[in-house]
Amino acid sequence: MNHQDSATTQRALPRFDSRLGRTLPLMLKREYWEHRGGFFWVPVWICVAILVVTALGILTAEVFNARANVHMGFSLQDLHEHMTANDLAQAGNALDMAQLMFGALTCVSLFFVLFFYLLGALYDDRRDRSVLFWKSLPITDTETVGSKVLSAMFVAPLIAFVVSTAAYVVFLVLVCLWAGIHGVNALPAVLAAHPFGMFWRLLLTIPVDALWALPTIGWLLFWSAYARSKPFLWAVILPIVAVAVNGWFSMLGLPHVGGEVALKSVVGRLLLSVMPGSWIGNGAGMFGAHRFSFGDDEHVLTIFDPGRVYALLATPGLWLGVVAGLALIAAAIWSRQRRIETAT
Amino acid sequence: MSDASQPIVRARNLSKSYGTTRALDHVSFDIEAGRIVGLIGPNGAGKTTALKAILGLTDFEGELSVLGFDPRRERARLMEHVCFIADVAVLPRWIRVSEAIEFVAGVHPRFSREKCEAFLRHTKIQPGMRVRELSKGMIVQLHLALVMAIDARLLVLDEPTLGLDILYRKSFYESLLSDYFDENKTIIVTTHQVEEVEHILTDLVFIREGRIALAATMDEVGERYAEVMVNPDKAEAARALKPLNERQVFGKSIFLFDGIERARLAALGELHKPSVADLFVATMKGTYA
Repeated sequence: MNHQDSATTQRALPRFDSRLGRTLPLMLKREYWEHRGGFFWVPVWICVAILVVTALGILTAEVFNARANVHMGFSLQDLHEHMTANDLAQAGNALDMAQLMFGALTCVSLFFVLFFYLLGALYDDRRDRSVLFWKSLPITDTETVGSKVLSAMFVAPLIAFVVSTAAYVVFLVLVCLWAGIHGVNALPAVLAAHPFGMFWRLLLTIPVDALWALPTIGWLLFWSAYARSKPFLWAVILPIVAVAVNGWFSMLGLPHVGGEVALKSVVGRLLLSVMPGSWIGNGAGMFGAHRFSFGDDEHVLTIFDPGRVYALLATPGLWLGVVAGLALIAAAIWSRQRRIETAT
Repeated sequence: MSDASQPIVRARNLSKSYGTTRALDHVSFDIEAGRIVGLIGPNGAGKTTALKAILGLTDFEGELSVLGFDPRRERARLMEHVCFIADVAVLPRWIRVSEAIEFVAGVHPRFSREKCEAFLRHTKIQPGMRVRELSKGMIVQLHLALVMAIDARLLVLDEPTLGLDILYRKSFYESLLSDYFDENKTIIVTTHQVEEVEHILTDLVFIREGRIALAATMDEVGERYAEVMVNPDKAEAARALKPLNERQVFGKSIFLFDGIERARLAALGELHKPSVADLFVATMKGTYA
């Protein structure tokens, strides 16, 4: 019949791209809708907490100043009077460190958010049976799992980055206001800092974080899709027990995987790689041949120089992780096609 | 899917086991376009397994083609033409009404936002509400609104009105008939509340222990089966005709017959068209014994 012929032609290949272009943004949006709390509000509250602590610190300093004329930390008055080029550079460095700190603290919360997001991503909808609704829509399981992988790799980190950057801007305003109250112009110090250089350097770490995180993303998503109950236990206890049993075997002289360090490093990569920047200083073990660490008095700008950060891409450890991660994601997709019910 | 005369669902030797229990045991059936098929069976008879197989939600042995697709391999493409409402409200509890509409509108090429919103205007559901704030009846209304706005060729309903009060149940089937169903659509429905769907069905399939106990159009059912109210003096004569079932009402016996000539039955007493529920009870006798 004509009607059906046209339907068949419509399903021809060229439709694929346009369809994915339309559904993918929506599927990422769906992840955001469901996890607005973790993706957006957690970084917001972390940053608000840092800002409140900063404001309280300023207030405390003011109170002590007023009471006993005691100088807390560096004295604004001194700054005002004896500001040298070196002092300015140091103030700038301090501000750069503050910018890094805002990013780093939101990243710590991002680790927990992503860990539990991934563990629940393909399990929670099976438990409350809403998987039956999602599966009644014309979306492939590959697209579903893919949208969760992309959310963990890019969406959540980018949101956290935008929030922490905005919080840093508020922090700068606070510092300038405080200095201004004391008749100090803080702008030279801000100009001595490198907010834009830091901004894009930190932004450029996100793709590296994303690639580095793939084994953990795959591991957690696999158990989320495969476990009939308690994905947390499977994903976390299983590797820990494996390390313990291996250690015990080696103690008794039974056959075991040689190199305690290597096994621990694999387990670490499976469980902890969603921590942004966890590749920094990863010097030991099979997966971390690359040496990357904080030098003694290197400037943060140099540490996050894209040349150094992207040198990680030249290490086998990263790519072994990527391959393992993709294999685990494939296993998660395979599971998603078959597992619907949970035990509870 | 080259021929319109091809059935919407074509199953051959469909089997599925869970451990040692056989949920489906070499089941074969066809479902034609434009029918409303009632799939009726006791708990654990294999209804839900059959529906899951049709929707590509479970593995199975045998052949199954739905709208020309293999549901195991082509679920996503099949779902452009098939809609599904499951036995309990399965809409995610965190989602807002407006988000659900935006999502389905975005991923479903055959969804009409206007139709969906028009349908929701007849309810108390507001776009800003979350599913968890809705009553069970309202969730089903929302799901029905989403589904009726999709120009699908097959609608699968698995106990869609379970746990709803009579007002919601009535309006559910009324909207389905008046605003949705036409000759290009096909509906498969399973339910335990047989009386409520009886008058809308065109076809009847009874499933028992993984096998099809009866598959017939409602017209055929009307021709084949008859209920006769017999006075005690003729009861023995009625029993001689091997009725499917016998029950007592006000001192008379009501016999259910399969394929006995009308004239012979009319001689015994007053003839009735049996209700699906009575037919079901008679067919399933001894299931739980």
